[in-house]
Amino acid sequence: MLNVENIRKDFPILSRKVNGKPLVYFDNAATSQTPQQVINAIVNYYSNYNANIHRGVHTLSQEATDLYEESRKKIQAHFNAKFSHEIIFTSGTTHSINLVANGFSSSLKKGDNIIVSALEHHSNIVPWQMLCERTGATLNVIPMNNEGELVMTAYDKLLSKNTKLVFCNHISNALGTINPIETIIEKAHAVGAAVLIDGAQACPHLKPDVQALNVDFYVTSAHKMCGPTGVGMLYGKEAWLKKLPPYQGGGEMIAEVTFEKTTYADLPHKFEAGTPNIAGGIVFGTAIDYMNSIGFEAIANYENDLLQYATKKLLDIEGLKIYGTSKQKTSVLSFNLEGIHPYDVGSILDKLGIAVRTGHHCAQPIMDFYKIPGTVRASFAFYNTKAEIDILAEGIKKAKMMLS
Amino acid sequence: MTIEDIQNEIIDEFSMFEDWEERYQYMIDLGKELPLINHQYKTDNNIIKGCQSKVWVHAEMDDDKLVFTADSDAIITKGIIAILIRAFSNQHPKDIIDADTSFIDKIGLKEHLSPTRANGLVSMVKQLKMYAIAYQTQLK
Repeated sequence: MLNVENIRKDFPILSRKVNGKPLVYFDNAATSQTPQQVINAIVNYYSNYNANIHRGVHTLSQEATDLYEESRKKIQAHFNAKFSHEIIFTSGTTHSINLVANGFSSSLKKGDNIIVSALEHHSNIVPWQMLCERTGATLNVIPMNNEGELVMTAYDKLLSKNTKLVFCNHISNALGTINPIETIIEKAHAVGAAVLIDGAQACPHLKPDVQALNVDFYVTSAHKMCGPTGVGMLYGKEAWLKKLPPYQGGGEMIAEVTFEKTTYADLPHKFEAGTPNIAGGIVFGTAIDYMNSIGFEAIANYENDLLQYATKKLLDIEGLKIYGTSKQKTSVLSFNLEGIHPYDVGSILDKLGIAVRTGHHCAQPIMDFYKIPGTVRASFAFYNTKAEIDILAEGIKKAKMMLS
Repeated sequence: MTIEDIQNEIIDEFSMFEDWEERYQYMIDLGKELPLINHQYKTDNNIIKGCQSKVWVHAEMDDDKLVFTADSDAIITKGIIAILIRAFSNQHPKDIIDADTSFIDKIGLKEHLSPTRANGLVSMVKQLKMYAIAYQTQLK
């Protein structure tokens, strides 16, 4: 069992007021809040260790490098990667995806196809569209059903020997659906395709094991899991990372440079050109430590309890419709009030100190599927409470009253 | 009335509201009252896309004055449009170009004109002025 009262004390922002009301933060799927432990680690880095890494002979640089590489090992252990050099620090999920998409530019050709799911965030659609434009490959989409689940029989039909890549999010940001990635990966491998899983929405709720999943690429961002913004990771199987060409040129990623030819550094540095987000990389490890200290099983159980409570509470409101009703979902509630625009609901909730997301959540194809302009999305984290859900429910009723 | 007179009138009206709820209720009522635009002008050409809500704007000259009609799919946005139209429509293009928009801050609706809201309103204000510039050029 989680001691939520104690956990909330770790998050200074949770005690602030917004528009004169205590903040109710339900926009966790956009970014999670930051515990004092992580804030302290940022301050500690800049107060005691700030130096450029991987190149200085001086002590500070050595210490900063050690911290950075220790963090990489923590991330490796957390995701159970085989080698620490299979963890590439990036600026976040979008950067990670673009890095892989770019890497496949030279190997894809006309006649090849790649598959994405209908539940994707724009960041997992646009880079692949761009890749298809560059290479002449075609982009196919695994459709979704009314519950917000992928239609797996359609996936079977899309797969062929010409399928080179499959991309899917682990959990949908707009609806919270947990996708059957084990099956998706296995079936893709059966036709010889590589798979990238976007774990941005999954990592705050569960602990993926990349070796057990046998996934080729797994990407995520630190800021969804109590870490800072501007840092994330790409996990890639060693064989794939060796095969892919570098994404960006610059310092750090080279072994030797002459004007005739440059030889690239070994993994992971081949993909880490330039001075990285050093503090962010180090603190990513602190955030992972923090979440593990609470425990992912406890987090999952608690959040599921919040989800069940909130679902029931919100469905009691007449005219409220929830989008994404899969039995396999995380603590995300996407909803609309009948005849009322989500922007209006979000604006009223904001006045009540309640932070939710409104709009298409960078997943326009899903909104088009339901023929709606967007939804109101409340997403819960382990530091939220049932009392806050009660405040949300009252807020929605108030919005409904004012707007109807 | 000049644009400034109308804006002052709106500021006066809003100063009577005691809290955000009264202010918002007024906006919502304004939003509900109006079909603001002729259906034939609610086209993709006239749309200002925001991530949150959409806004349609149409402009035409009536004698030497520029008349705006507009609409939105969100009601609070629509309420704000009604206020903007009241302030800027049926005025000489030059006056629209020169007009100040800070009255929106003064009536406590600043957050809706913040670019982060992505509700099309920021672009709408720009668009009103762009129309005014275009028609002003024609007048010359």
